[in-house]
Amino acid sequence: MTMEMPNLVPVLPEIVVLAMTCLILVVDLFLRDDQRDVTYLLTQATLVVAFALTWALGDDQVRLTLFGSVVNDPLSDVLKLFIYLLTFMTFVFARPYMKERGLHTGEYYVLGLLGVLGMMVMVSSYSMLLMYLGLELLSLSLYALVSLNRDSTRCSEAAMKYLVLGAVASGMLLYGMSLIYGLTGSLNVIEISHAIVRDGADLPMVVAVAFVVVGLAFKLGAVPFHMWLPDVYEGAPTAITAYLSAAPKLAGFALFVRLLAEGLGPVTAEWQQMLMVLAVLSLFLGNVVAIAQTSFKRMLAYSTISHIGFVLLGLLAGTNDGYSAALFYVVAYALMSLGGFATILYLARRGTEAESLDDLRGLNDRNPFAAFTVLILMFSMAGIPFTLGFWAKLAVLRALVQVDFVWLAVFAVVMSVIGAFYYLRVLKMVYFDKPVETAPLARGLDFRLVFGANGLAILGLGLYPAGLVALCAGAINV
Amino acid sequence: MIALSDYLILGAVLFGISLAGIFLNRKNILILLMCIELMLLAVNINFVAFSRFMDDIGGQVFVFFILTVAAAEAAIGLALLVVLFRNKGSINVADLNEMKG
Repeated sequence: MTMEMPNLVPVLPEIVVLAMTCLILVVDLFLRDDQRDVTYLLTQATLVVAFALTWALGDDQVRLTLFGSVVNDPLSDVLKLFIYLLTFMTFVFARPYMKERGLHTGEYYVLGLLGVLGMMVMVSSYSMLLMYLGLELLSLSLYALVSLNRDSTRCSEAAMKYLVLGAVASGMLLYGMSLIYGLTGSLNVIEISHAIVRDGADLPMVVAVAFVVVGLAFKLGAVPFHMWLPDVYEGAPTAITAYLSAAPKLAGFALFVRLLAEGLGPVTAEWQQMLMVLAVLSLFLGNVVAIAQTSFKRMLAYSTISHIGFVLLGLLAGTNDGYSAALFYVVAYALMSLGGFATILYLARRGTEAESLDDLRGLNDRNPFAAFTVLILMFSMAGIPFTLGFWAKLAVLRALVQVDFVWLAVFAVVMSVIGAFYYLRVLKMVYFDKPVETAPLARGLDFRLVFGANGLAILGLGLYPAGLVALCAGAINV
Repeated sequence: MIALSDYLILGAVLFGISLAGIFLNRKNILILLMCIELMLLAVNINFVAFSRFMDDIGGQVFVFFILTVAAAEAAIGLALLVVLFRNKGSINVADLNEMKG
């Protein structure tokens, strides 16, 4: 038996990231604590190289390789580019924070890169085996990252909750996958889709779909499977919360598209109903409970839940417009969420976590630049017209109305109005309250540049959204 | 001859036991970790049974990967358990209550 050598060019970025991660792991062993910036620079260089490679290899072709289990298409390229970008920004934001807390270790960067590798595998997997492996590579890195500060009770508690519920989610997802495998006889996304069209779907398939949806909903943090999310966001060191709130959501979105839209596309009507329940509950609970929070971190966690509800709304439309709206939303969300946690990292100092909403009081008197960025972020999250968040919400609502889910669109608008309250309350604190703390914000030039760029990106994409809209529409071809 | 449905029932029962163990157990985190392992093994039974009865090797390959990942997950879980015990002095599920709301 001869075996044909698979084409490795489409997976070159993955190979580079894996090789560099191993290299960094070894190099880091020989560095003293004060030389840790070398690890940081190597990590960032890896991300830049991976970005350049994905950019150079990217075109609008769909390529299957490694025996049909890996796909390289415009969707995977777009998601990967954003994953590198968001992770790069996260590491810039994280470095001073981690240094102040004595957590600036090689493990942080290595685990971060392994998580990126897991996300890359997730976005270009075309077989359930690779989806699972990518997801676990990401999840296992995240469990370890959350507990990085091992002397903190809160961190270890958050990590334990995350591990147990994350493992239950994996178990659910796997059980669903095993049933799908049994019913269709294949692990490959395309073959699954063909088999369902050929044989039709009956009750066991609905059960399998339900298990898969529950597993994915757990991972994304949709209500009623959100129990872990606020605790993990609050318990983890803020730099790590920033990491896990941004890029992994893109990868989770990719799993939804690959598995539900492409593999289980013929049974769209079944998972549409399930996503509807998840989306309605997430929008409601996320927005209402966020009002009651006194911790900024926890408020952002509940706001994440409500944004996930919006992403699910786009997905459940089940049309190409819906998927591209959801992609647009998830990218916008990731940028805004990263900016939100970066604000906390900006305010934090040695000995102060600055996680509470009270820490934002009078920010405008202390630092108008940071205050203005918070203004852009909050306007965008609330969906005030002509901001990035507004266009994202509008795209999702338009996709919903196109498939006659008008009541869902109305419900989403009502919930966004309720949500606007707590975002605007943050701005009231920033602009109209007296500062509790007066110490100036001290962060390096790189931090301020990237933080400003994050705010500018949200402002600019809000004024000229056409480019990103076209990018998202071009990426989706189910 | 044992039919495919027998294996699937065994898998479903094991999966149910592990789920019940996770959500009803209010005592010990160690038991939670054992339930997680049981859950993955229940899935393995499904995969192997399907693979055998459909004459397709993919399911058995999947099982090898699940076993490997389960080992890694157990390693992280037990490490976390040690860290948690050092910080809290307890591995009681009810003591995981520092964050609420």
